[in-house]
Amino acid sequence: MSGISLKAIYILWLREMKTFYRAKSRIVGTVVTPLFLLAFLGAGFAGAVLPGIPSSVGYLEYLTPGIIGMTMIFTSMFTGLSVLWDRRYGFLKEIMVTPVSRMTIVLGRITGGLTTSMFEGLSILAISLLLGFKVSGIGDLILTLVFMVLISVSFIGLGLAIASLLKDEQGFGLIMNFIISPLLFLSGIFYPIENLPLALRVVSYLNPLTYGVDGLRGALISVSFLPWIINLVLLTGFCVGIVLLGTFLFERNEAV
Amino acid sequence: MDYAIKVVDLTKKFKNLTAVDHISFEVESGELFGLLGPNGAGKTTTINMLCTLLKPTSGYAEVAGYDVAKKKDMVRNSIGIVFQETALDERLTGRENLDFHSIMYNIPTEIRHKRIDEVLDLVELKDKANVLVEKYSGGMKRRLEIARGLIHRPKVLFLDEPSLGLDAQTRRNIWEYIKKLNEEDVTIILTTHYMEEADYLCDRVAIVDHGRIVAIDTPVNLKDALGGDVLTLEISESTDTKLEEQFETMDWVVGVDVRNGAMELRVRNADRHLPEVFKAAEKMGVTITSVHLRKPTLEDVYLKYTGRKIREQEAGQSGLGGASESEEGN
Repeated sequence: MSGISLKAIYILWLREMKTFYRAKSRIVGTVVTPLFLLAFLGAGFAGAVLPGIPSSVGYLEYLTPGIIGMTMIFTSMFTGLSVLWDRRYGFLKEIMVTPVSRMTIVLGRITGGLTTSMFEGLSILAISLLLGFKVSGIGDLILTLVFMVLISVSFIGLGLAIASLLKDEQGFGLIMNFIISPLLFLSGIFYPIENLPLALRVVSYLNPLTYGVDGLRGALISVSFLPWIINLVLLTGFCVGIVLLGTFLFERNEAV
Repeated sequence: MDYAIKVVDLTKKFKNLTAVDHISFEVESGELFGLLGPNGAGKTTTINMLCTLLKPTSGYAEVAGYDVAKKKDMVRNSIGIVFQETALDERLTGRENLDFHSIMYNIPTEIRHKRIDEVLDLVELKDKANVLVEKYSGGMKRRLEIARGLIHRPKVLFLDEPSLGLDAQTRRNIWEYIKKLNEEDVTIILTTHYMEEADYLCDRVAIVDHGRIVAIDTPVNLKDALGGDVLTLEISESTDTKLEEQFETMDWVVGVDVRNGAMELRVRNADRHLPEVFKAAEKMGVTITSVHLRKPTLEDVYLKYTGRKIREQEAGQSGLGGASESEEGN
């Protein structure tokens, strides 16, 4: 049975929804930090003129798409962490011993992680509207959603790939600190990457998140250094590649 | 012969530890087969390889006719397992855990509800079904897991220490259910370090020690191979070698041993020959002050093959009546 079972994807998704809903502190925790960043950085840098940001664009406007991307990365990577928790609590064995194909399990994880991270990303967007952020039209909103989905699925894939290579959560924490944090700062969330020295800019160009953030910014405030279609193609390419890699590693992984 | 499980030279090495060391055995379809041994003997590792969770280092294993290394999906489709350690999502309720399992095993909705109620009844968790598992006691979690393993009625069911940490009453119920399932043609492989469990339930038992199978047969044959019942006599003159010689001439006496002022006879059908024992003693003028007759247990079998008592290794573990959870070291 190497096919894909929709019922199994549904129950994996449902489990994610129930546990997400029941862990209210987690929801609050993952939304609050980005909100503080958005509110305080947005307020503090409100009048600042940063090179690379058009003068017509306020810092809050510039920052909002980036913070949405950042929130989604954290919640998406969390999917990888939840695999490690399942391993610790033994539930991974229960999942892995079922006749459901490994691709189905990965898809269940992706749909679950995607739903929670979209919920959080859209929460940030909704709150930013209250802070004075403006969305210009329905077309832009749709493109925004497309980029949000791509960012989320990409980093769920990355999370699964990393989790499959690790035995416990400690290693995952290290990777978040030493790999994901630098990627956040080198993705253009807080400032235009054109301002970085060449060496760091190269890293930024290799960072898939750069294209996600640029795509979001293009869609939401029409400011981007690459046309949206290029961002879309690059991010889609990364997304497909990393999900395949994540699936491969997850399948190869031993549950005990 | 139709085999549910076929294992040839199966080996699993972890870094510098050989957990399972070239074991070979077969389990016939419909059999209730036991792996008996102390914690750390390699039972769980064997089960994990058979249910596709661990890759064997070398050797071959087949479950329900499918190679566990090459036909994982087919194996998974044919088996069920109750893990030794808790494998529940504690953030879900009992019923939600069972629902999750049923849907992953593609059980149709109408059968699902019926089966879930049935197994919840069996383990007496019906009134706790909608409580989050994190609120359950250790024994309740165990019962829920057993209930879960029974829902999808697999061809081959693995039970890794099914009654660990259960109270006597629940254990009895579970045993009866295991027997009933087995009668319905489910092949069952269980691991246990409870002699009584292996003896009561299993058609055949493999005694596992240090990753190897040291003996494999029916519980009756294993016990018979020891040479019959153990008859201990306390006698007035403990050094009476004449009586000893007398006993040795009798064909139903398998062995005689004198230790600590008592004579220990290995006797076939001791119940039947007890009068003759007294007669012989009387004739020799020896007075028997006390008689103790004991049927051999699997404990004696284990002792014979490994030189140790299984219980000695379980010091600190929960005993048969204990309801506390205990963790295995492997």
